[in-house]
Amino acid sequence: MRYVDEFRAVDSVQRLAEEIRKTTIQHWSVMEVCGGQTHAIMRYGLQELLPEEITLLHGPGCPVCVTPQSYIDKAIEIALLPDVVFCTFGDMLRVPSGDSDLAQAKARGGDVRVVYSPVDAVEVARVNPDKDVVFFAVGFETTAPANALAVRRAKDEGLTNFSLLVSQVLVPPALLALLSQPDCRIDAFLAAGHVCAVAGLDAYHAIAEKHHTPIVATGFEPADILRGVLHAVRQLEAGEAFVENSYERAVAQQGNKTAQALMMEIFEIAPKEWRGMGVIPASGLALNAAHADFDAERRFGAIGAAPRRDCGCISGAILQGVKRPPDCPRFATSCTPDNPIGVTMASMEGACSAYYQYREGGSGHER
Amino acid sequence: MCLAIPGRVLDISGAAYSRSARVDFGGVIKEASLALAPEVQIGDYVIVHAGVAITRLDEEAAQRTLDEIANLTALDQAPD
Ligand code: SF4
Repeated sequence: MRYVDEFRAVDSVQRLAEEIRKTTIQHWSVMEVCGGQTHAIMRYGLQELLPEEITLLHGPGCPVCVTPQSYIDKAIEIALLPDVVFCTFGDMLRVPSGDSDLAQAKARGGDVRVVYSPVDAVEVARVNPDKDVVFFAVGFETTAPANALAVRRAKDEGLTNFSLLVSQVLVPPALLALLSQPDCRIDAFLAAGHVCAVAGLDAYHAIAEKHHTPIVATGFEPADILRGVLHAVRQLEAGEAFVENSYERAVAQQGNKTAQALMMEIFEIAPKEWRGMGVIPASGLALNAAHADFDAERRFGAIGAAPRRDCGCISGAILQGVKRPPDCPRFATSCTPDNPIGVTMASMEGACSAYYQYREGGSGHER
Repeated sequence: MCLAIPGRVLDISGAAYSRSARVDFGGVIKEASLALAPEVQIGDYVIVHAGVAITRLDEEAAQRTLDEIANLTALDQAPD
């Protein structure tokens, strides 16, 4: 078992697609929450394998994309300070804010470094005791354990020159916010499997029940995604709505208890602004009182409101599944991954970027 | 940062919050923390996010899923 090829096998994909066709009677809109799933859907052309009654809506699950502009502004401001080393995932470098981004801050002399893990940023702090090392802690429940571990290790080592600029978001409150919108078209969710692997499934039961919406924890390979769709459609056609685990090899009902314990040792649940969706109650993580010393906003000033910049980008509507990338007149014309106007094109995992790479004649085809 | 693919644990060193492993992602070998996946042993497959293993893949569960898919079209009606 290698856990990859087996779940990409053409035979399995075809069986699942056939089973979905046999099961589907009515029209349904199913939202995949995670940008990684959007990517796989485009890469393997999965929408085309589905009956026309089924529409896949792309959700807000790209952490780069949902990080509000005010945080990007603050990141650039901190990165340009003397004696600061600003560490970030590579995905954040090209996220535009006005006419700047972190890559330009680096070109203008800011010490911006790309790291693979927040734990690597702790190492940067260790070997640069005369510098203030800041890590841009963006992400969902999947990266929160790594960020918590970084703080814990910095604390254990007595490092006082390490801090996080935190933009951590939580998925369940965002699903609830999407379902509560008056024009909501979502009939079922494919929940992001790796978020569920960390946080477990408990938080979803109340949502599925309140809005009578199936929520199916789903993996990332083609067979996983189709199996998630199949399970969602079976529930929908039967008039049922419950939380189902279709990613059994990676997700335990209770999630990863060790990771959850460390996350709650370091962070607390807080209101959080999402790009395109505004402030959602209890949808983010902030450093708790015992770890406030590791908060970059304490050291460098709180994040303010971003100036309104209207560049015609509709990424806010795309992140909510209301619009699709080709609906944007700038898509693949003035907006491309090399010259992104909006965040959903700038991020590798954004929906615009996925559509661009795998569009007719695009570079990324693999079907 | 989120395109997490499974990797196989090659060896393990350190303990507690410094427990780490070399992990083989289809031929690309990277260091990952095992601090939050204490049950993981050498040879296990893990999902790593931002350098930290967040879950271990369960081989029996994976096989059950594959068997279920293989059996789908053996049936005329949707099983339920
Ligand atoms: S194509 Fe570019 S401008 Fe249009 S919504 Fe996507 S990111 Fe924004």
